[in-house]
Amino acid sequence: MADPEIKSYELHHESQSAAVTESRPIKAVLMAIALAFLAVFLLLPLIVVFHEALAKGIGAYTEALSSPDTRSAIRLTLLVAAISVPLNVIFGISAAWAIAKFEFKGKAFLTTLIDLPFSVSPVISGLVYVLLFGAQGLLGAWLKAHGIVILFAVPGIVLATIFVTFPFVARELIPLMQEQGNGDEEAALSLGASGWQAFWYVTLPNVKWGLLYGVLLCNARAMGEFGAVSVVSGHIRGLTNTMPLHVEILYNEYNAVGAFAVASLLAGLALVTLVLKTLLEMRYGAEIAATRGH
Amino acid sequence: MTTAPVKAGWRFKQPSVIPGFGLTLGFSLAYLTLIILIPLSGLVWRSAALGWTDFWAIAADRRTLNALKISFGTAFLAAVVNVVFGTLVAWVLVRYRFPGRRIADAMVDLPFALPTAVAGIALTTLYAPNGWIGHLLMPLGIKVAYTPLGIVVALVFIGLPFVVRTVQPIMEEIDKEVEEAAATLGANRFQIITRVLFPGLAPAIITGFSLAFARGVGEYGSVIFIAGNLPFKSEIAPLLIVIRLEEYNYEAATAIAAIMLALSFLMLLVVNLAQTWSRKRYG
Repeated sequence: MADPEIKSYELHHESQSAAVTESRPIKAVLMAIALAFLAVFLLLPLIVVFHEALAKGIGAYTEALSSPDTRSAIRLTLLVAAISVPLNVIFGISAAWAIAKFEFKGKAFLTTLIDLPFSVSPVISGLVYVLLFGAQGLLGAWLKAHGIVILFAVPGIVLATIFVTFPFVARELIPLMQEQGNGDEEAALSLGASGWQAFWYVTLPNVKWGLLYGVLLCNARAMGEFGAVSVVSGHIRGLTNTMPLHVEILYNEYNAVGAFAVASLLAGLALVTLVLKTLLEMRYGAEIAATRGH
Repeated sequence: MTTAPVKAGWRFKQPSVIPGFGLTLGFSLAYLTLIILIPLSGLVWRSAALGWTDFWAIAADRRTLNALKISFGTAFLAAVVNVVFGTLVAWVLVRYRFPGRRIADAMVDLPFALPTAVAGIALTTLYAPNGWIGHLLMPLGIKVAYTPLGIVVALVFIGLPFVVRTVQPIMEEIDKEVEEAAATLGANRFQIITRVLFPGLAPAIITGFSLAFARGVGEYGSVIFIAGNLPFKSEIAPLLIVIRLEEYNYEAATAIAAIMLALSFLMLLVVNLAQTWSRKRYG
């Protein structure tokens, strides 16, 4: 790189740079097209959400957000995320430990299976639970006889949410822990730490930012999931209506301000997620680099 | 620790001093089986129980075929658009320096973070005949909202980060010296892009395309608002599944879901073959 001969070559052959990079006008055109594309497809939808939410003033906005149905939708969404995200965190850590720390047969297959929910339509993710727990479902009669309600109730919504957010944490942790290897844990164990101590004091601090990154993405999807939850929820207002479902109901009732007011909360969540994600990438980029970008 | 001599040389697990294998693998497998595998195999079992004639009657139904055609067709078009613009966006973000680049870079992930229903109503409002973009397109005779074109717009939104985020890291790794070497050998910019840069990026572009396509085929939330949902014209397959479920026609819902899954896996297979081919071709 610092070879003086190459340097002088570069200096004397400025004309060659046209082949190494685009000329200025072409650069400007490419940049304009790319940025215009981002502005039209990403920025405008975001702006229109807040614009529509505030179209009739701040009073109408806060009024829309304080209706009891909206309140209960917010509570349900928080509840569903509070159950499904921790469960997927426990699974993600456990799967990453098994896959990253050990060599065993069928490991690649197991990793593929964990990614499976990403290649299934959200509607199908909901459908599989309807087929299992619905009135005509495999377990439907048994559940009814025992008075257990899963479908069109909170347990069904939680299950569908877990299904669609299943891979997020595991996907972040597996490559990260694989890259870090077993050296630190082996050292801790040889110094007399128990397996649990090695995990708690060595592994967890090593992966904490990657874990947080996974939790962030998992939570955003859990609070925003629409298709899967829509199939299992039954859309009972005030009972099984999550925020995204409530947006749909209000929108279909031509209550634009109400729909976009609730949507603005979700868009705010998305923005906070993006900001935190960017900060994590900037500060701890090297630590989570193995898994960036999906 | 004694390992039972099952078969000489065959071991399920390599020995390790690290504890917790049984516990973590056991829990992971149990959780995976309960949440994902049993429910999914229930779907396979239910569609197998339908029998070939019933299954075929649903699959060959004109409304089913049209919905599948619309889902796969619009997802394909949107993925093509995303390959073109996503690669361009990645290029601009990687190679050019301009104010606001970091913000633009962060914005690319918006479709991952924004709930699909929010994207759906926002895009519909934008592209409706009286919307900010819709009213500009009206005089040109272009209708987006409530037409198949609207579906493509929603899927472009949903799929963009898949292409950018798979192509971008590969672009960052490209060694500038390779381009310089090509230039000293007398290649012009066009030749360098098509003969030197593109072959290295092709596998990532194919992966990005397939991710965007797969996501588009299954997408529901952002599409149903903007599509208009007219049977035979702008009704997507996931919506038809929901409609059949609401009619308590579990058989039809199951069959359509099974076809979608089968087609998606077939596509993954084709993409994998294309990957192998492009690696062989461009080494």
